Amino acid sequence: MSEFYRNYLTVAIFMGIAFGLLAAVLSLGKLVRPVRPQAEKYVSYESGVDPVGDGWAQTPIRYYVFALLFVMFDVEAVFIFPWATRLEAYGWFGAIEMIVFIVLLALGLLYAWRKKVLQWI
Amino acid sequence: MMLAEVERLATPQVAWSVLLPVLILLGGAVVLMVAGALTPRRTKYPWHAGFTVAVAVGAMVSTVFLWWRVRDDGPISAVADAVVVDGLSLYLGFAILCSVVLAALLTHGYLQRERLEGADAYVLMLLSAAGGLVMAGANDLLVLFLGLEILSIAVYVLAGIHVRRARSGEAALKYFVLGAFSSAFFLYGIAMVYGATGSTNFTKIGAFLATNVLTNNVMLLAGFALLLVGLGFKVAAVPFHAWTPDVYEGSPSPIVAYMASGVKVAGFAGLIRVFTYTFSTYATDWQPMIYALAVATLVVGSLFAVSQTNVKRMLAYSSISHAGFILLGIQAASTQGTRAALFYLATYTFMAAGSFGVVTIVGRTGDNAHDLSAYNGLAKRSPLLAFAFLVFLLGQAGVPFTSGFLAKFGVIGAAVEARSFWLALIAMLTSVISAFVYLRIVLAMYDRDTEVTGPKLRVPLGARAAIIIALVVTIGVGLVPEPLAHVTRTAVALTHPQPAPAAAPIEVSAGS
Repeated sequence: MSEFYRNYLTVAIFMGIAFGLLAAVLSLGKLVRPVRPQAEKYVSYESGVDPVGDGWAQTPIRYYVFALLFVMFDVEAVFIFPWATRLEAYGWFGAIEMIVFIVLLALGLLYAWRKKVLQWI
Repeated sequence: MMLAEVERLATPQVAWSVLLPVLILLGGAVVLMVAGALTPRRTKYPWHAGFTVAVAVGAMVSTVFLWWRVRDDGPISAVADAVVVDGLSLYLGFAILCSVVLAALLTHGYLQRERLEGADAYVLMLLSAAGGLVMAGANDLLVLFLGLEILSIAVYVLAGIHVRRARSGEAALKYFVLGAFSSAFFLYGIAMVYGATGSTNFTKIGAFLATNVLTNNVMLLAGFALLLVGLGFKVAAVPFHAWTPDVYEGSPSPIVAYMASGVKVAGFAGLIRVFTYTFSTYATDWQPMIYALAVATLVVGSLFAVSQTNVKRMLAYSSISHAGFILLGIQAASTQGTRAALFYLATYTFMAAGSFGVVTIVGRTGDNAHDLSAYNGLAKRSPLLAFAFLVFLLGQAGVPFTSGFLAKFGVIGAAVEARSFWLALIAMLTSVISAFVYLRIVLAMYDRDTEVTGPKLRVPLGARAAIIIALVVTIGVGLVPEPLAHVTRTAVALTHPQPAPAAAPIEVSAGS
């Protein structure tokens, strides 16, 4: 077996230990815990509040637009922070690149605004 | 000054002038997006489509200037050798731009008929074409992947641009899920090739494979196979074709015109660049893969087309079988084969765009009249439209005096030259089967006994222009093939082949 494949052997061993540990912990719990079934214990747990009604309810999905716009600014931030720490090394090239990037994203926001995405219906 | 004190990061020299076609497309797309959002959706003059055509023509002009420059000075490598401007990239880039022009002309009438006016479709088309150009000029596996994604993501959205038609959304979702899946295969292939050769740059990979012999090439071959899956999906080669009929049927017809021509050309640009040029020293290893793919594609494409009753699905299967023919040229792994594939791609671009142009018009409002019966007696209702479709279908069948004949002749000739006789034989037999499919549509159109029913078909000006351009090119290249053949010869001559194997290869072990 070559060095390359031996590296993967570590991954296989790690996976084996993970599954083994899982099985061991769960079976140990099964052995020692007492079993006293009650109806309340089988209700879905949601922050201590009793669930009401059916799980298949309609939910307004208009939040997805805000999620998308959030991703836009999130990506912007992800690029700007590391860029700002090394701005001096990037020089004018980096400054202009970032201006192009921000302007393009701003144009995206302009597009979203004109397409009436920002209105709450 | 603060700036002088820190060590400056070495940024690669970017030769903006050689990237001009891509920059024109991207700039045009951004301008159109903003201008389209600031102005009313319904316009008095069709400036959305006009602007798109102008941008694409501008990119074409800059491509032609670059072509002259490359012809005089030889291929140019740019952006730290990640992008190459040579015969192949310019030729196929031009073909993609042609398909954008035709599709934009068709789209205008379609959007007006379906009450879907707006700049969005054109913006996405321009962005997608920019991705195609990046793919054609990529000299690095990662740049190729970037181009593939820019191209694909825009096309996924385009497939669903008909927002009120459920089939359109279904097609977009299918295309997106399967496309994302194939992209994952492609990325894994990149990782494998990088692991085996130590580089993602095509020049370096080619040089490495030419001067070293791998004692264990399993990883490299797995990389070939995975790259082939990713690119085979984009060009709709069997067994990665399953999405094609459904997506072509559901997507808006003018968008299909772009998918069948532009996207296919971009996919083949990647295939030719990766296999024919970069992995040229391993031709004996990947040729059998392409051979098997070509046989399956030809047989499935032609046989399944026979059982279809929906013309759009028929043309989808025929586009699969055309991919098989182009694979014939790549399988040959020779200068002649590449030339034939390039010739085929250029002619097929116009035939496919023209065919789907006719389908757009016959589809009527709602884009639903695609059954074969909708074509009954078309020659009586709209003789010119029927004639145009006749030419495109005969061209696809490979009848002499159309461009399709010479294209098929070229790839089969290249296969015979490469001594793949069985493959050439299968290609000839399946082209007979496909001819039956095309003749079925022709017979329906020229059926004398049908009563002429329904209102007269309205052919918008843009669609008329697109169909006439495609018609002129299909017949023109069929009658005078020499100029295009000359251009393909120049394109191949202007593309640097990777270095030939060294006389005394050095032994190295794989991986580790």
